[in-house]
Amino acid sequence: MIDRRAFLRLTAVAGPASLAAACGWDGGNAVRPLLLDVSRFNDWVGEKILFSKNRLAREYDIADRTARLPSYFISPMMPMLQDPRAWRLQIAGLVREPQSLTLDQLQAMPRTTYTVKHHCVEGWSAIATWHGVRVSAIAERCGLLPQARYVRFDSFDSGYSNGWDLASAMHPQTILAYGMNDNPLPASHGAPLRLYSPTKLGYKMTKYLVSLTFTAERPGGYWEDQGYPWFGGV
Amino acid sequence: MTFVLLAGMIMSGLQIYGAYARFGDRGGPYYVNAFEDHAFPGWSRLGGWLAGGLNWHFALMWPLIGGGVLYLLYLAASGQWRSLLFRPRDIRGAIEMQKYYLRLRKDHPPQGKHNPLQKAAYTFIILLGVLSVLTGFAIYKPTQFSWLTALFGGFQAARYWHFWAVWIFTAFLVVHVVLVFVVDPASLRAMISGWYRGRFPSHD
Repeated sequence: MIDRRAFLRLTAVAGPASLAAACGWDGGNAVRPLLLDVSRFNDWVGEKILFSKNRLAREYDIADRTARLPSYFISPMMPMLQDPRAWRLQIAGLVREPQSLTLDQLQAMPRTTYTVKHHCVEGWSAIATWHGVRVSAIAERCGLLPQARYVRFDSFDSGYSNGWDLASAMHPQTILAYGMNDNPLPASHGAPLRLYSPTKLGYKMTKYLVSLTFTAERPGGYWEDQGYPWFGGV
Repeated sequence: MTFVLLAGMIMSGLQIYGAYARFGDRGGPYYVNAFEDHAFPGWSRLGGWLAGGLNWHFALMWPLIGGGVLYLLYLAASGQWRSLLFRPRDIRGAIEMQKYYLRLRKDHPPQGKHNPLQKAAYTFIILLGVLSVLTGFAIYKPTQFSWLTALFGGFQAARYWHFWAVWIFTAFLVVHVVLVFVVDPASLRAMISGWYRGRFPSHD
Protein backbone atom coordinates (compact mmCIF):
# COMPACT_ATOMS: atom_id res chain seq x y z
CA MET A 1 0.00 0.00 0.00
CA ILE A 2 2.95 2.34 0.64
CA ASP A 3 3.77 1.90 -3.02
CA ARG A 4 0.67 3.81 -3.86
CA ARG A 5 2.25 6.91 -2.32
CA ALA A 6 5.20 6.60 -4.65
CA PHE A 7 2.70 6.20 -7.47
CA LEU A 8 0.94 9.33 -6.29
CA ARG A 9 4.15 11.32 -6.48
CA LEU A 10 4.85 10.00 -9.95
CA THR A 11 1.33 10.85 -10.98
CA ALA A 12 1.85 14.42 -9.84
CA VAL A 13 4.73 14.63 -12.32
CA ALA A 14 3.06 12.66 -15.10
CA GLY A 15 -0.25 14.50 -14.81
CA PRO A 16 0.94 17.88 -16.11
CA ALA A 17 2.99 16.04 -18.72
CA SER A 18 -0.12 14.36 -20.04
CA LEU A 19 -1.93 17.70 -20.07
CA ALA A 20 0.85 19.25 -22.12
CA ALA A 21 0.51 16.22 -24.34
CA ALA A 22 -3.01 17.28 -25.17
CA CYS A 23 -1.73 19.54 -27.95
CA GLY A 24 -0.29 16.77 -30.11
CA TRP A 25 2.97 16.87 -28.19
CA ASP A 26 5.82 14.75 -29.59
CA GLY A 27 7.75 14.95 -26.32
CA GLY A 28 9.67 18.16 -27.00
CA ASN A 29 13.39 18.39 -26.49
CA ALA A 30 13.11 16.93 -23.00
CA VAL A 31 11.14 13.75 -23.65
CA ARG A 32 11.61 13.03 -27.36
CA PRO A 33 15.22 11.77 -26.92
CA LEU A 34 13.94 9.40 -24.23
CA LEU A 35 11.23 8.11 -26.55
CA LEU A 36 13.84 7.55 -29.24
CA ASP A 37 16.00 5.64 -26.73
CA VAL A 38 13.03 3.39 -25.99
CA SER A 39 12.51 3.02 -29.72
CA ARG A 40 16.13 1.80 -30.05
CA PHE A 41 15.41 -0.69 -27.26
CA ASN A 42 12.32 -1.82 -29.17
CA ASP A 43 14.50 -2.24 -32.29
CA TRP A 44 16.72 -4.54 -30.26
CA VAL A 45 13.71 -6.53 -28.98
CA GLY A 46 12.31 -6.72 -32.51
CA GLU A 47 15.59 -7.86 -34.04
CA LYS A 48 17.09 -10.10 -31.36
CA ILE A 49 14.02 -11.58 -29.65
CA LEU A 50 10.96 -11.42 -31.87
CA PHE A 51 12.48 -11.81 -35.34
CA SER A 52 13.28 -15.30 -36.52
CA LYS A 53 15.49 -15.82 -39.57
CA ASN A 54 13.63 -19.04 -40.36
CA ARG A 55 10.03 -18.00 -39.81
CA LEU A 56 8.29 -17.36 -43.10
CA ALA A 57 5.44 -14.95 -43.66
CA ARG A 58 2.20 -16.54 -44.77
CA GLU A 59 1.68 -16.82 -48.51
CA TYR A 60 -1.68 -16.17 -50.15
CA ASP A 61 -3.46 -17.30 -53.30
CA ILE A 62 -3.29 -15.18 -56.39
CA ALA A 63 -7.07 -14.76 -56.05
CA ASP A 64 -6.48 -12.91 -52.76
CA ARG A 65 -4.61 -10.07 -54.45
CA THR A 66 -5.80 -6.59 -53.59
CA ALA A 67 -7.13 -4.59 -56.52
CA ARG A 68 -4.85 -1.63 -55.94
CA LEU A 69 -1.70 -1.13 -53.91
CA PRO A 70 -0.98 2.52 -53.09
CA SER A 71 2.40 3.79 -54.21
CA TYR A 72 4.67 6.33 -52.57
CA PHE A 73 7.83 8.21 -53.44
CA ILE A 74 9.38 11.32 -51.91
CA SER A 75 10.29 13.13 -55.15
CA PRO A 76 7.81 15.74 -56.40
CA MET A 77 7.41 13.69 -59.61
CA MET A 78 7.43 9.92 -60.07
CA PRO A 79 11.11 8.94 -60.37
CA MET A 80 11.87 7.56 -63.84
CA LEU A 81 15.15 6.58 -65.48
CA GLN A 82 16.23 8.68 -68.46
CA ASP A 83 17.92 5.66 -70.01
CA PRO A 84 16.79 2.35 -68.46
CA ARG A 85 19.46 0.42 -70.37
CA ALA A 86 22.21 2.35 -68.63
CA TRP A 87 20.89 1.36 -65.19
CA ARG A 88 23.09 -0.88 -63.03
CA LEU A 89 22.81 -2.16 -59.49
CA GLN A 90 26.02 -1.44 -57.60
CA ILE A 91 26.99 -3.85 -54.83
CA ALA A 92 29.69 -2.38 -52.65
CA GLY A 93 31.08 -2.23 -49.15
CA LEU A 94 32.20 -5.27 -47.17
CA VAL A 95 32.24 -7.80 -50.01
CA ARG A 96 35.19 -9.56 -51.63
CA GLU A 97 34.00 -8.69 -55.15
CA PRO A 98 32.08 -5.45 -55.57
CA GLN A 99 29.87 -5.83 -58.64
CA SER A 100 27.76 -3.85 -61.01
CA LEU A 101 24.78 -5.88 -62.28
CA THR A 102 22.38 -5.29 -65.15
CA LEU A 103 18.71 -6.14 -64.88
CA ASP A 104 19.24 -9.07 -67.25
CA GLN A 105 21.97 -10.46 -64.99
CA LEU A 106 19.66 -10.15 -61.95
CA GLN A 107 16.82 -11.86 -63.81
CA ALA A 108 19.14 -14.69 -64.81
CA MET A 109 19.69 -15.52 -61.13
CA PRO A 110 17.35 -17.92 -59.29
CA ARG A 111 13.87 -16.39 -59.19
CA THR A 112 11.69 -16.16 -56.09
CA THR A 113 7.94 -15.54 -56.37
CA TYR A 114 5.45 -15.15 -53.55
CA THR A 115 2.04 -13.61 -52.85
CA VAL A 116 2.12 -11.92 -49.45
CA LYS A 117 0.46 -9.27 -47.33
CA HIS A 118 2.01 -5.82 -47.29
CA HIS A 119 1.85 -3.95 -43.97
CA CYS A 120 2.12 -0.18 -44.02
CA VAL A 121 3.15 1.74 -40.90
CA GLU A 122 -0.04 3.77 -41.37
CA GLY A 123 -2.13 0.70 -40.66
CA TRP A 124 -3.31 -0.34 -44.10
CA SER A 125 -2.54 -3.70 -45.64
CA ALA A 126 -2.77 -5.16 -49.13
CA ILE A 127 -1.86 -8.39 -50.88
CA ALA A 128 0.30 -8.59 -54.00
CA THR A 129 2.64 -10.98 -55.82
CA TRP A 130 6.33 -10.15 -56.13
CA HIS A 131 9.02 -11.65 -58.35
CA GLY A 132 12.71 -11.18 -57.74
CA VAL A 133 16.07 -12.46 -56.58
CA ARG A 134 17.01 -13.11 -52.95
CA VAL A 135 19.33 -10.57 -51.31
CA SER A 136 21.13 -13.55 -49.80
CA ALA A 137 21.94 -14.80 -53.34
CA ILE A 138 23.43 -11.39 -54.17
CA ALA A 139 25.50 -11.49 -50.99
CA GLU A 140 26.75 -14.94 -51.88
CA ARG A 141 27.61 -13.92 -55.42
CA CYS A 142 29.69 -10.98 -54.17
CA GLY A 143 31.38 -12.84 -51.32
CA LEU A 144 30.07 -11.27 -48.14
CA LEU A 145 32.82 -10.50 -45.62
CA PRO A 146 32.31 -11.54 -41.97
CA GLN A 147 32.64 -7.95 -40.74
CA ALA A 148 29.40 -7.00 -42.52
CA ARG A 149 26.52 -6.47 -40.09
CA TYR A 150 24.21 -4.11 -41.96
CA VAL A 151 23.08 -3.27 -45.46
CA ARG A 152 22.39 0.15 -46.82
CA PHE A 153 19.95 0.40 -49.75
CA ASP A 154 20.13 3.56 -51.88
CA SER A 155 17.70 4.82 -54.52
CA PHE A 156 17.39 7.45 -57.23
CA ASP A 157 14.25 8.80 -55.49
CA SER A 158 15.72 12.06 -54.15
CA GLY A 159 18.22 10.23 -51.98
CA TYR A 160 15.69 7.96 -50.24
CA SER A 161 17.52 5.16 -48.47
CA ASN A 162 17.10 2.52 -45.78
CA GLY A 163 19.44 0.73 -43.39
CA TRP A 164 18.82 -2.93 -42.61
CA ASP A 165 20.22 -5.42 -40.15
CA LEU A 166 21.97 -8.27 -41.93
CA ALA A 167 19.69 -11.02 -40.57
CA SER A 168 16.55 -9.40 -42.01
CA ALA A 169 18.32 -8.81 -45.33
CA MET A 170 19.40 -12.48 -45.50
CA HIS A 171 15.88 -13.75 -44.71
CA PRO A 172 14.73 -16.14 -47.46
CA GLN A 173 11.75 -13.89 -48.27
CA THR A 174 13.81 -10.71 -48.63
CA ILE A 175 14.20 -10.09 -52.35
CA LEU A 176 15.13 -7.48 -54.91
CA ALA A 177 11.90 -7.43 -56.89
CA TYR A 178 11.82 -6.72 -60.63
CA GLY A 179 8.23 -7.94 -61.07
CA MET A 180 4.84 -7.41 -59.50
CA ASN A 181 1.60 -9.34 -60.13
CA ASP A 182 3.09 -11.22 -63.12
CA ASN A 183 4.25 -8.02 -64.82
CA PRO A 184 7.48 -6.04 -64.85
CA LEU A 185 7.69 -3.78 -61.80
CA PRO A 186 5.76 -0.57 -62.64
CA ALA A 187 7.38 2.85 -62.19
CA SER A 188 4.89 3.67 -59.44
CA HIS A 189 6.26 0.76 -57.38
CA GLY A 190 9.95 1.40 -57.87
CA ALA A 191 10.99 0.28 -61.38
CA PRO A 192 13.34 -1.13 -62.34
CA LEU A 193 14.16 -2.74 -58.98
CA ARG A 194 12.93 -2.49 -55.42
CA LEU A 195 13.55 -4.19 -52.12
CA TYR A 196 10.70 -6.36 -50.82
CA SER A 197 10.12 -8.43 -47.67
CA PRO A 198 6.93 -9.46 -45.86
CA THR A 199 8.90 -9.25 -42.58
CA LYS A 200 9.15 -5.43 -42.78
CA LEU A 201 6.91 -2.40 -42.87
CA GLY A 202 6.51 -0.74 -46.26
CA TYR A 203 8.81 2.21 -45.57
CA LYS A 204 11.77 -0.16 -45.06
CA MET A 205 11.50 -1.48 -48.62
CA THR A 206 13.58 0.86 -50.75
CA LYS A 207 12.25 1.47 -54.27
CA TYR A 208 14.11 2.72 -57.36
CA LEU A 209 17.27 0.91 -56.18
CA VAL A 210 20.71 1.92 -57.34
CA SER A 211 22.99 0.27 -54.81
CA LEU A 212 23.48 -2.13 -51.91
CA THR A 213 26.31 -1.38 -49.52
CA PHE A 214 27.29 -3.86 -46.82
CA THR A 215 28.59 -2.05 -43.75
CA ALA A 216 29.85 -2.60 -40.21
CA GLU A 217 28.16 0.56 -38.88
CA ARG A 218 24.40 0.92 -38.65
CA PRO A 219 23.13 3.03 -41.56
CA GLY A 220 20.25 5.44 -41.01
CA GLY A 221 17.41 5.97 -43.45
CA TYR A 222 15.02 8.58 -44.79
CA TRP A 223 12.11 8.00 -42.40
CA GLU A 224 14.19 6.31 -39.70
CA ASP A 225 16.26 9.49 -39.24
CA GLN A 226 13.02 11.45 -38.71
CA GLY A 227 11.86 9.27 -35.85
CA TYR A 228 10.23 6.19 -37.37
CA PRO A 229 11.30 2.87 -35.83
CA TRP A 230 14.61 1.81 -37.38
CA PHE A 231 13.98 -1.93 -37.36
CA GLY A 232 10.44 -1.63 -38.70
CA GLY A 233 9.83 -5.38 -38.55
CA VAL A 234 6.40 -6.97 -38.58
CA MET B 1 -0.56 6.03 -12.63
CA THR B 2 -2.35 3.37 -14.62
CA PHE B 3 -4.85 6.02 -15.58
CA VAL B 4 -2.14 8.34 -16.89
CA LEU B 5 -0.44 5.51 -18.82
CA LEU B 6 -3.74 4.34 -20.24
CA ALA B 7 -4.67 7.88 -21.24
CA GLY B 8 -1.29 8.20 -22.98
CA MET B 9 -1.83 4.89 -24.78
CA ILE B 10 -5.31 5.88 -25.92
CA MET B 11 -4.22 9.33 -27.08
CA SER B 12 -1.18 8.10 -28.98
CA GLY B 13 -3.40 5.31 -30.35
CA LEU B 14 -5.85 7.89 -31.72
CA GLN B 15 -2.88 9.67 -33.33
CA ILE B 16 -1.83 6.41 -35.02
CA TYR B 17 -5.42 5.65 -36.03
CA GLY B 18 -5.57 8.93 -37.96
CA ALA B 19 -2.93 7.66 -40.43
CA TYR B 20 -5.41 5.13 -41.83
CA ALA B 21 -8.82 5.60 -40.28
CA ARG B 22 -10.58 2.45 -41.43
CA PHE B 23 -10.35 -1.31 -41.03
CA GLY B 24 -9.96 -3.81 -43.86
CA ASP B 25 -7.48 -4.66 -46.60
CA ARG B 26 -7.09 -1.98 -49.28
CA GLY B 27 -10.08 -1.98 -51.62
CA GLY B 28 -12.39 -3.33 -48.92
CA PRO B 29 -14.68 -4.66 -47.71
CA TYR B 30 -14.28 -2.59 -44.57
CA TYR B 31 -15.52 -3.35 -41.07
CA VAL B 32 -18.47 -1.37 -39.71
CA ASN B 33 -16.89 1.63 -38.01
CA ALA B 34 -18.61 4.78 -36.79
CA PHE B 35 -15.23 6.56 -36.92
CA GLU B 36 -14.36 5.65 -40.52
CA ASP B 37 -12.10 8.35 -42.01
CA HIS B 38 -12.69 10.38 -38.87
CA ALA B 39 -9.97 12.70 -37.60
CA PHE B 40 -9.99 12.92 -33.82
CA PRO B 41 -9.51 16.44 -32.39
CA GLY B 42 -6.00 17.62 -31.59
CA TRP B 43 -6.52 17.63 -27.82
CA SER B 44 -7.31 13.92 -27.87
CA ARG B 45 -4.13 12.93 -29.70
CA LEU B 46 -0.57 12.48 -28.53
CA GLY B 47 2.59 12.57 -30.62
CA GLY B 48 1.97 15.34 -33.15
CA TRP B 49 2.46 13.05 -36.16
CA LEU B 50 2.50 9.34 -36.90
CA ALA B 51 6.10 8.67 -35.83
CA GLY B 52 5.57 10.65 -32.60
CA GLY B 53 2.39 8.72 -31.85
CA LEU B 54 4.13 5.40 -32.52
CA ASN B 55 7.08 6.27 -30.29
CA TRP B 56 4.81 7.27 -27.41
CA HIS B 57 2.67 4.16 -27.90
CA PHE B 58 5.66 1.78 -28.04
CA ALA B 59 7.28 3.44 -25.00
CA LEU B 60 4.23 3.59 -22.73
CA MET B 61 3.30 0.00 -23.54
CA TRP B 62 6.21 -1.29 -21.43
CA PRO B 63 5.28 0.25 -18.05
CA LEU B 64 1.60 -0.49 -18.71
CA ILE B 65 2.25 -4.17 -19.50
CA GLY B 66 4.81 -4.41 -16.68
CA GLY B 67 2.38 -2.86 -14.20
CA GLY B 68 -0.39 -5.15 -15.38
CA VAL B 69 1.76 -8.25 -14.96
CA LEU B 70 2.94 -7.14 -11.49
CA TYR B 71 -0.68 -6.44 -10.51
CA LEU B 72 -1.80 -9.89 -11.64
CA LEU B 73 1.13 -11.51 -9.81
CA TYR B 74 0.25 -9.54 -6.69
CA LEU B 75 -3.40 -10.60 -6.89
CA ALA B 76 -2.32 -14.22 -7.31
CA ALA B 77 0.30 -14.20 -4.55
CA SER B 78 -1.72 -12.29 -1.96
CA GLY B 79 -4.91 -14.26 -2.50
CA GLN B 80 -6.77 -11.04 -3.25
CA TRP B 81 -7.90 -12.52 -6.55
CA ARG B 82 -10.57 -14.32 -4.53
CA SER B 83 -12.41 -11.09 -3.83
CA LEU B 84 -12.14 -9.93 -7.48
CA LEU B 85 -12.50 -12.96 -9.73
CA PHE B 86 -16.01 -13.68 -10.91
CA ARG B 87 -16.64 -17.44 -10.77
CA PRO B 88 -19.64 -19.56 -11.78
CA ARG B 89 -20.80 -19.71 -8.16
CA ASP B 90 -21.15 -15.90 -8.20
CA ILE B 91 -23.90 -16.09 -10.82
CA ARG B 92 -26.62 -16.65 -8.24
CA GLY B 93 -25.37 -13.78 -6.09
CA ALA B 94 -25.15 -11.56 -9.16
CA ILE B 95 -28.82 -12.21 -9.90
CA GLU B 96 -29.79 -11.40 -6.30
CA MET B 97 -27.71 -8.21 -6.45
CA GLN B 98 -29.33 -7.20 -9.74
CA LYS B 99 -32.77 -7.76 -8.15
CA TYR B 100 -31.78 -5.47 -5.29
CA TYR B 101 -30.63 -2.75 -7.72
CA LEU B 102 -33.86 -3.12 -9.68
CA ARG B 103 -35.76 -2.79 -6.38
CA LEU B 104 -37.19 -6.30 -6.71
CA ARG B 105 -35.57 -7.12 -3.39
CA LYS B 106 -35.59 -4.86 -0.34
CA ASP B 107 -32.53 -5.89 1.66
CA HIS B 108 -28.93 -5.65 0.41
CA PRO B 109 -27.66 -9.22 -0.12
CA PRO B 110 -24.71 -10.16 2.10
CA GLN B 111 -21.35 -9.65 0.40
CA GLY B 112 -17.62 -9.64 0.96
CA LYS B 113 -15.38 -6.81 -0.07
CA HIS B 114 -16.99 -6.70 -3.50
CA ASN B 115 -20.43 -7.88 -4.53
CA PRO B 116 -20.80 -10.38 -7.40
CA LEU B 117 -21.67 -7.67 -9.93
CA GLN B 118 -18.56 -5.74 -9.00
CA LYS B 119 -16.55 -8.94 -9.33
CA ALA B 120 -18.00 -9.42 -12.81
CA ALA B 121 -16.97 -5.87 -13.72
CA TYR B 122 -13.40 -6.25 -12.40
CA THR B 123 -12.93 -9.62 -14.06
CA PHE B 124 -14.22 -8.20 -17.32
CA ILE B 125 -11.89 -5.20 -17.24
CA ILE B 126 -8.86 -7.40 -16.53
CA LEU B 127 -9.80 -9.60 -19.48
CA LEU B 128 -10.20 -6.46 -21.57
CA GLY B 129 -6.68 -5.42 -20.58
CA VAL B 130 -5.32 -8.82 -21.61
CA LEU B 131 -7.23 -8.56 -24.90
CA SER B 132 -5.77 -5.12 -25.57
CA VAL B 133 -2.23 -6.36 -25.04
CA LEU B 134 -2.71 -9.47 -27.17
CA THR B 135 -4.39 -7.63 -30.06
CA GLY B 136 -1.62 -5.04 -29.70
CA PHE B 137 1.09 -7.64 -30.24
CA ALA B 138 -0.96 -9.15 -33.08
CA ILE B 139 -0.78 -5.87 -35.01
CA TYR B 140 2.74 -4.92 -33.81
CA LYS B 141 4.32 -8.08 -35.29
CA PRO B 142 1.74 -9.74 -37.56
CA THR B 143 4.41 -11.87 -39.26
CA GLN B 144 6.35 -12.97 -36.16
CA PHE B 145 3.13 -13.54 -34.16
CA SER B 146 1.14 -14.75 -37.16
CA TRP B 147 -0.64 -17.39 -35.03
CA LEU B 148 -1.86 -14.67 -32.68
CA THR B 149 -2.91 -12.42 -35.55
CA ALA B 150 -4.78 -15.35 -37.12
CA LEU B 151 -6.48 -16.03 -33.78
CA PHE B 152 -8.10 -12.59 -33.94
CA GLY B 153 -9.14 -13.09 -37.56
CA GLY B 154 -6.17 -11.44 -39.29
CA PHE B 155 -4.28 -8.16 -39.17
CA GLN B 156 -7.19 -5.83 -39.90
CA ALA B 157 -9.58 -7.67 -37.57
CA ALA B 158 -7.00 -7.47 -34.76
CA ARG B 159 -6.66 -3.72 -35.42
CA TYR B 160 -10.42 -3.48 -35.21
CA TRP B 161 -10.63 -5.23 -31.83
CA HIS B 162 -7.66 -3.24 -30.52
CA PHE B 163 -9.56 -0.06 -31.43
CA TRP B 164 -12.81 -1.31 -29.85
CA ALA B 165 -11.04 -1.98 -26.57
CA VAL B 166 -10.41 1.78 -26.32
CA TRP B 167 -14.12 2.61 -26.26
CA ILE B 168 -14.94 -0.12 -23.75
CA PHE B 169 -12.13 1.11 -21.49
CA THR B 170 -13.36 4.67 -21.83
CA ALA B 171 -16.99 3.70 -21.10
CA PHE B 172 -15.90 1.61 -18.12
CA LEU B 173 -13.83 4.46 -16.74
CA VAL B 174 -16.69 6.95 -17.05
CA VAL B 175 -19.21 4.63 -15.38
CA HIS B 176 -16.64 3.66 -12.74
CA VAL B 177 -15.90 7.24 -11.72
CA VAL B 178 -19.55 8.31 -11.87
CA LEU B 179 -20.50 5.40 -9.59
CA VAL B 180 -17.76 6.33 -7.16
CA PHE B 181 -19.07 9.89 -6.89
CA VAL B 182 -22.69 8.81 -6.60
CA VAL B 183 -22.25 5.95 -4.13
CA ASP B 184 -19.15 6.55 -2.09
CA PRO B 185 -16.87 9.51 -2.84
CA ALA B 186 -14.53 8.42 -0.04
CA SER B 187 -13.44 5.44 -2.09
CA LEU B 188 -12.02 7.73 -4.79
CA ARG B 189 -9.45 8.83 -2.24
CA ALA B 190 -8.84 5.21 -1.31
CA MET B 191 -8.26 4.37 -4.99
CA ILE B 192 -5.51 6.98 -5.18
CA SER B 193 -3.98 6.89 -1.69
CA GLY B 194 -4.65 3.32 -0.64
CA TRP B 195 -6.45 4.29 2.59
CA TYR B 196 -10.18 4.14 3.09
CA ARG B 197 -12.07 6.24 5.66
CA GLY B 198 -15.59 5.95 4.30
CA ARG B 199 -18.94 4.71 5.47
CA PHE B 200 -18.67 1.10 4.27
CA PRO B 201 -16.64 -0.82 6.89
CA SER B 202 -16.35 -3.87 4.64
CA HIS B 203 -14.18 -1.82 2.25
CA ASP B 204 -11.46 -1.18 4.79
